[in-house]
Amino acid sequence: MVVSKEEILHIAKLADLNIQENEIDEYAKNLQDILNFVDVLNNVDTDNVEETMGVISNSNVFRKDEIKEFGNRDILLQNAPEQEEGMFKIPKVI
Amino acid sequence: MSREDYEIVIGLEVHSELSTKTKIFCSCPTEFGGEPNTHCCPVCMAMPGTLPVLNEKVVEYAIKAGLATNCEIASISKNDRKNYFYPDLPKAYQISQYDMPLCEHGYVEIEVGGEKKKIGLTRIHIEEDAGKLNHDDYGRGSLVDLNRAGVPLIEIVSEPDLRSSEEVDLYLKKLKSILEYIEVSDCKMQEGSLRADVNVSVRKKGQKEFGTRTEMKNMNSFKSIVRAIDYEAERQIEVLEDGGKIDQETLRWDDVSGKTFPMRDKEDAQDYRYFPDPDLVAIKISEEMKENIRKSLPEMPESRKERYINEYKLPEYDSNILISSKYFSDLFEGATKVCNNAKAVSNWIMTDITKELNEKELEPSDIPFTADELGNLVILIDKGTISSSIAKKVLDEMFKEPRDPQKIIEEKGWVQISDEGAIKEIVLKIIEANPQSVADFKAGKDKAVGFLVGQAMKETKGKANPQMLNKMFLEELNK
Repeated sequence: MVVSKEEILHIAKLADLNIQENEIDEYAKNLQDILNFVDVLNNVDTDNVEETMGVISNSNVFRKDEIKEFGNRDILLQNAPEQEEGMFKIPKVI
Repeated sequence: MSREDYEIVIGLEVHSELSTKTKIFCSCPTEFGGEPNTHCCPVCMAMPGTLPVLNEKVVEYAIKAGLATNCEIASISKNDRKNYFYPDLPKAYQISQYDMPLCEHGYVEIEVGGEKKKIGLTRIHIEEDAGKLNHDDYGRGSLVDLNRAGVPLIEIVSEPDLRSSEEVDLYLKKLKSILEYIEVSDCKMQEGSLRADVNVSVRKKGQKEFGTRTEMKNMNSFKSIVRAIDYEAERQIEVLEDGGKIDQETLRWDDVSGKTFPMRDKEDAQDYRYFPDPDLVAIKISEEMKENIRKSLPEMPESRKERYINEYKLPEYDSNILISSKYFSDLFEGATKVCNNAKAVSNWIMTDITKELNEKELEPSDIPFTADELGNLVILIDKGTISSSIAKKVLDEMFKEPRDPQKIIEEKGWVQISDEGAIKEIVLKIIEANPQSVADFKAGKDKAVGFLVGQAMKETKGKANPQMLNKMFLEELNK
């Protein structure tokens, strides 16, 4: 699989990254290296290996439906660049 | 070609907030409202290093919804991340389910023009709700409240089986009623706990392939959904008739102008890059767990309807209205148990209570009084303690300030006059004051009695027993 210029731009847009025209080739090369590396894994023989869904093999880790209030809004908001009326203030979104 | 040559195809994605006490991945309360950001903690605010832990009730409720809609329940399921940037989504991804939802291949049955129709359900999956953006009127910025972020939702995805806005309305009402019956969601529309994304396309009748569809997101009123579908189908047909083509796009429905408008620019085709959430583990559902949940399902509307027709001898029409909402149905059964007069209770619900709800734009779940209180009201009428016109005033009072009807009529002095002496006194007084009506009666106009009874009711502010009045007027006039 070859990473195209369009794909780099698309991924950059999805990731909200601002990349320059002269950086595209470098990113394409880096991503290509990663894909090639992952491709090695695709060639591993997994015929006798059971399918997994993640790196953790256990299942059904649940919580009881019981309220525990955190109860400290000031701490939650303390790193907000701006706040108003107990809310995060951000640039206007429509 | 005309409108009749086209068929409308609609599919719905319904989001319903689950009525668990806590959020899906943390122990914050889900209660609606509250001061901004007070139902929050580091987990639902996406602070670095925090980890989600799944609420077991969310899994149980979603399976309940699946079983009640004839779905197959997965034996193994998982959570995935859906990635996108928006300020109401603090993690920049929503934890949802992608290729292994909890429930699949179900259906909901609706009745269209007397015929039963199955609407297929593709899937039901669990996910978290986003926060709320408040827009500052002065235009200086937006304010983020994350109380709702992490509230559990189920998304119920239908097959494109719906063919008219009427079918959509029936389907939504049925779905809402099912979710209420199994008590997994309170379905309060005005609080946004039931919302739908609506996909609409049109095609020529007889054509096999679907037309290109448009999507209207986040609609929370059945009435708007019906209007939006009718408008959008009409618009698409016009475009096609003029030789144009439909763009697959997301539209915004504007209730005021009654039109749809494009929402996002089309280049931003959605690409959510789903992948399994590595912070969460697999969900395995055993046969035993499934069976236990199945056993916990309450009696469903169809079975209640049968009972109302057979046990209480109610007409099918009445039964259908009563089962349309769990709140109506529970109110009916509770009140009937108290007063033993199913027909009377049913009539109160179908007429005066429904009227009151419509006037105040309330839903059955908002009825403030108890089934016992309604039952007691019916008893007061049946015993002749109050007339039915007074009963209406008592009902009004029960809506305003719910309390026992007996107490209301005592406080207001509304007890019906059933004392013969007192009735006779009124009758004589009215006869004396209305010589013309008496003459009319003597001349053979039987209707004059009705007028006199009416005058007597007016005189007593509706408190006199109308049957006794009628009887006594006839006695006196025929003397």
